[in-house]
Amino acid sequence: MKPVQFTSPFSSQEVINLKAGDRLLISGVIYVARDAAHRRLTELIASGLDLPVDFCGQTLYYMGPSPARPGSVIGACGPTTSRRMDRYTVPLLELGLRAMIGKGERSEEIRQAIIRYRAVYLVTLGGAGALLADCVIKAETVCYPELGAEAIMRLVVEKFPAVVAYDWQGGDLFQQETAKYCYLQER
Amino acid sequence: MGKMEDRSLLVNKCSGVLKSRQMAIRTVGINQIKIQVSELCLKANFELGQDVIKALQNALEREKSPVARETLLQLLENARLAREKSIPLCQDCGAAVVFIEIGQDVHIDGGSLSEAVTEGVRAGYSEGYLRKSMVDKPFSERINTADNTPPVIHYEIVPGDRLRIVLMPKGGGAENMSRVSMLSPGDGKEGIISFVEQTVKKAGGAPCPPLIIGVGIGGTLEKAALMAKQSLARPLGEPGLNSEISALEAEILERVNRLGIGPLGMGGSYTALAVHAATFPCHIASLPVAVNLQCHSSRHAEAVL
Repeated sequence: MKPVQFTSPFSSQEVINLKAGDRLLISGVIYVARDAAHRRLTELIASGLDLPVDFCGQTLYYMGPSPARPGSVIGACGPTTSRRMDRYTVPLLELGLRAMIGKGERSEEIRQAIIRYRAVYLVTLGGAGALLADCVIKAETVCYPELGAEAIMRLVVEKFPAVVAYDWQGGDLFQQETAKYCYLQER
Repeated sequence: MGKMEDRSLLVNKCSGVLKSRQMAIRTVGINQIKIQVSELCLKANFELGQDVIKALQNALEREKSPVARETLLQLLENARLAREKSIPLCQDCGAAVVFIEIGQDVHIDGGSLSEAVTEGVRAGYSEGYLRKSMVDKPFSERINTADNTPPVIHYEIVPGDRLRIVLMPKGGGAENMSRVSMLSPGDGKEGIISFVEQTVKKAGGAPCPPLIIGVGIGGTLEKAALMAKQSLARPLGEPGLNSEISALEAEILERVNRLGIGPLGMGGSYTALAVHAATFPCHIASLPVAVNLQCHSSRHAEAVL
């Protein structure tokens, strides 16, 4: 199936129409945060304080880049394992986070939350950080620069490849595709 | 007077011994080691080994899933870009795991060997714009050490007068999905295969398959884990030490690839590219098994000084 071009942030209608297995090329703005930043955001939410970024309607990419060489926009920038962010994710969905990009499966709790909040979880190319760097046309640190590679960033991307892993109707790319090539029953 | 004579005789004897020993001893300077380690950090992170590239190409030819074939193509393209542009293959430039074999006839001159390796890692990760991923105070503040030190160094004393350094940047994603189990002797071969299978299944797409699976069997808890990790540095697909081990590797590989997880977990016939196993005798009560998962970006570089 040919990939379809989308602009991020996604509209709520666009997200509702996405189905597990859909291939996307994303252009526009995506925010970046991983473990340490999530921990801080969750602490702010728990204390009833405002977040440094309004995530309502936004797309969040679980990533920590390698440093940019002089003259480059960014270093290698592939996804990190999403399931480590599971424990921090529901409060962000409550605040209106619409799309998440990472790699690998997530917990049942998050799959249910994606259905409840009509959000979407996308995966991109794990371990292809050099390739994905070509899709980033602007990168800036928004906050927590002291966290180094774990700072919150705002990226402008162009034709960033992603596949819908979990859609809001409960569709699951991993189950769907793995089942086609699983031969355990032959044993 | 007699005592003095005895002493000078002893000193003469000792220096005589020293002299004959010195002829067999090779000196390796600290600075040379530091420079070499720093170069290995760059090489490992920018250049995917030809063995891995060949294995990915081979998988591309045989993979049944069209989605997976596209993924494999993109991984090969990523390797080309990384090499050409000196961009890390993966943003996770890993914890620096270093295996050092020290020939017993080598003399390290000019300072501390561990410090030289650490300096080399510090220099390499800085010069190469590699990501610094090490944090101190691991269960509390988790403060980034800002230079990717300290490396995790494993030393082994071996015969000879050479110093062999293997540097393996080990990413967190696949390392996190690795497991050790203290099986019972009665669990036997099937117990081992089943444990590896369950480990890979539980990991799913997170450790960036297609994987190279290091399996350490026997020894003790830490010996099994070390063997599993060392096995990952073998040229990809090189069979284990004997026919029994290589047959086990083949069986595990077949079982794991029946899971259908596929490249990056998006389904396919290549969940793993290879299984590398090693064994060591163990206690009559034990059967330790360690499974160390390695992502498709299997990076290691070595030098002999």
